[in-house]
Amino acid sequence: MITAATDHVANAALNTASIHFLWSSAAVLTLAMLAFGIDLAGFPARDARAKEREAERAKALENSAVAQKVATGAGGGTAVLDSAPRPANPAEGGDAEEKRKWAGIGMSLSWLGGLLLVANVVFRAWSVDRPPLANMYEFAAVGTMFVMVAFLGWSLRKDVRWLGLFVVAPVVLVEMLCAVVFYTAASSVLPSLKSPWLMIHVTVATLSIALFTIAFSLTILYFIQLWREEKDEEWQAEGGARFRFMDSMPKSDVLDRTSYGVIILAFPLWTFTLIAGSIWAQKAWGSYWTWDPKEVWTLVIWVVYAAYLHARLTAGWTGKKAAYIALAGFACILVNYMIVNVFFVGMHSYSGM
Amino acid sequence: MTNATDRKSAAQSAKASKRERRESPAQQPKLGFFGTLRWLWRQLTSMRTALFLLLILAVAAVPGSIFPQTNIDSTRVTNYLAEHRTIGPWLDRFGFFNVFSSPWFAAIYLLLVISLLGCIIPRTRKQVRALHAPIPKMPRRLDRLPEHRECTIDASPQDVLQAAQSVLRAKRYRFRVDTTAEGVPQAIAAEGGRLREAGNLLFHTCLVFVIIAVAYGHLVGWNGQVIVPAGQGFTSTASRYDTLDTGPLVNIANLTPFSINVNHMDVTFEHDVPSTSPQYGQPRDFVASVTAKLPNMAPKATTIEVNHALDIASTEVYLLGNGYAPKVTVRNAKGQILYADETPFLPQNNNYTSVGAIKVPGASPKQLGFFGFFLPTASFSSTQGPTSTFPALNNPALVLGLYEGNLFPDGSPQSVYTLDTQQMTQVKGSDGQPLRLLIRPGQTVKLPDKLGSITLDSVPRWAGLSVRYDPGKMPALYGALLALLGLIMSMTLRRRRLFVKVAAAADEGEPDDRRTLVTIGGLSKGEDPRLPVGLDNLLESIVKRTGKP
Repeated sequence: MITAATDHVANAALNTASIHFLWSSAAVLTLAMLAFGIDLAGFPARDARAKEREAERAKALENSAVAQKVATGAGGGTAVLDSAPRPANPAEGGDAEEKRKWAGIGMSLSWLGGLLLVANVVFRAWSVDRPPLANMYEFAAVGTMFVMVAFLGWSLRKDVRWLGLFVVAPVVLVEMLCAVVFYTAASSVLPSLKSPWLMIHVTVATLSIALFTIAFSLTILYFIQLWREEKDEEWQAEGGARFRFMDSMPKSDVLDRTSYGVIILAFPLWTFTLIAGSIWAQKAWGSYWTWDPKEVWTLVIWVVYAAYLHARLTAGWTGKKAAYIALAGFACILVNYMIVNVFFVGMHSYSGM
Repeated sequence: MTNATDRKSAAQSAKASKRERRESPAQQPKLGFFGTLRWLWRQLTSMRTALFLLLILAVAAVPGSIFPQTNIDSTRVTNYLAEHRTIGPWLDRFGFFNVFSSPWFAAIYLLLVISLLGCIIPRTRKQVRALHAPIPKMPRRLDRLPEHRECTIDASPQDVLQAAQSVLRAKRYRFRVDTTAEGVPQAIAAEGGRLREAGNLLFHTCLVFVIIAVAYGHLVGWNGQVIVPAGQGFTSTASRYDTLDTGPLVNIANLTPFSINVNHMDVTFEHDVPSTSPQYGQPRDFVASVTAKLPNMAPKATTIEVNHALDIASTEVYLLGNGYAPKVTVRNAKGQILYADETPFLPQNNNYTSVGAIKVPGASPKQLGFFGFFLPTASFSSTQGPTSTFPALNNPALVLGLYEGNLFPDGSPQSVYTLDTQQMTQVKGSDGQPLRLLIRPGQTVKLPDKLGSITLDSVPRWAGLSVRYDPGKMPALYGALLALLGLIMSMTLRRRRLFVKVAAAADEGEPDDRRTLVTIGGLSKGEDPRLPVGLDNLLESIVKRTGKP
């Protein structure tokens, strides 16, 4: 399936470079995935060592621990704030003293893989001389790029190394699908795609899909953590917790809130996708809404996530049930991307496959 | 809400049911007629119902994307019905080929609109009340609030309060300064983010507005499709359109009769790629050069392209299709012209293998009807018969069969692209096989049995124009954009209450007026993971403004 660009409308050398970037990115991110995996697997041992150190220091700490009431910077520096002690987040605290070498390697490799992915998209755009958003291969490449950009951007503000594996793994999967199944030779586009709305509508659509994907990973982790929390007593009785490496991740309630936070970021973007798509449909097809299968599924996704947001405010629907709706929403995204593009007859027939 | 009488009667019937429990174990309290109505209304407008309706709407829309829809492609519906003889009619009965205009789909979204209204109206009332509500009282102990901070600043308490006020003002919080009995300001109670609920209401109200705008567009809008061969024109009147869909409130006699002449039609197809590439022969550009003219106005030359419609007489003219309209002349045996016209053929695939019919009602003694293919790049294979291998005019040919008889057997309207052969017989060639004519541009082919001749003069293109009038679309767009604004407001703003208290800091037991102990506390309505950050920022800004931490 992989043929270096043979179409002479596109710049073949640039496109070949772009494919090489995709493969390199997939290779680098596979290594990042391994590194994150090793880091997670090492948690129980790290935790044990941390506890040991804790015990050693316990006595010394006992003596010096005084009430940390008002502390004033006398003449300079910022005010020292007295915050109520908050429960320590196991993902952030706990083993803070020990350097997590493998997680660091994972993050560095993620940065490299992310940059290679950006290079893939930039070179593809350069070779076809238009926004690279016109067929399934290109959407998928840009979508994974946004997933990586969002994750790396987030990692600058917060310690999200625990999420690394669960972001990088789907990215690698989609990259491989891109390279092997979705690949479409570089080419010019249909007249209806020659519009600035290609940039606006499809970019925002892929960006919000990227965020929904991260939210999906978080929701899956939420279910795993919830399951472990429910089984905890049973397992303790049977002789110790299981899947202890998962202790390095936030508890289910934190995961639930985090995925909600990502979805409320993605939902307005998806709303914008719908509006921008309608404007473009009006310009290209003469009608802003024709119940084309893609339009129907875009609306279905919107409605399902709207239901999710409502469920979180409805008594008896919070937690697990709402999370199931979020999973259904992501299933609809997959249908919209994989099935509607290829199998349904409609006007969004741009898959290139 | 249940009023007192209802509650009383409910209590009475509860008592009654206690007494009668032995006879009838499960007796419900009686609601009465209005009680039942109120109960229904509250059920319908509850969040739980809205949630179910949303989920049902999502599920109900799916068949509309799986089964072919009449409003999108009625040919596919016909084919589906022909292929699925058992399940097809049942699907049809339940509206699965017209999902989005079916009663059950309408029922879902109408219930959703009612549910929406039932949520908007009381919440708007509440919001208006909240806007006028006084700022809440200062809690006695700020350290009991979900979040609180404390620090000492090198500034007088009044300076600190001033700084706090300007910070809160910049954050657009409403606030009240509380004073001691002597009139010295000592604390601030502030409230912010009330626009969160306003944004939420704006979002939901705009959704209703969008639905109304869409419905309005359907009622008073219309759209007409017309195929215009290059070199010809059309005038926008109801009878001139090939198809015309009008809303129930449209008077088709009132259309503005503007006219558009298609001067020429430029189409480019991809030919710079290997013929094995799926991109080979894909369209790259469609441009129709036209002259548009409003009644009593000077004609104006312009172009219509995909993505660039022509605005004329409050309508928009879109270029949505193209194809070939071979110019054909049919003569009788004496050489008299019976038919001479550009005849549009409909493309069937990406390579523009096109089908069409040439109807010659003026022929005698029997009417003549040609049917068959136009092939822009003709190729004849033994397996597939005549096909086109490229959409441009590289090797154009007409491949036709011929019928004679009665073209319009029952006088009812029929497609211009097919023949109704009920009362026609196929003309045979000299070999006894059905006649097959192959005509290339400039060629004249004699017909057997002294039926005359047919000439292919030239092959102009045709432009498929769609004229649309939809006054609901701009209101729908503005509504949608406002809804988005409301959505962003409701998701980014946080409804918070913040309290700031100052006191002269005690320095070794002595109150010191130049140093201030400031305490701030905050609480949020609903989930607000960023409240601690908000408090930190507030304190930091106060410290910055006083300049002396």
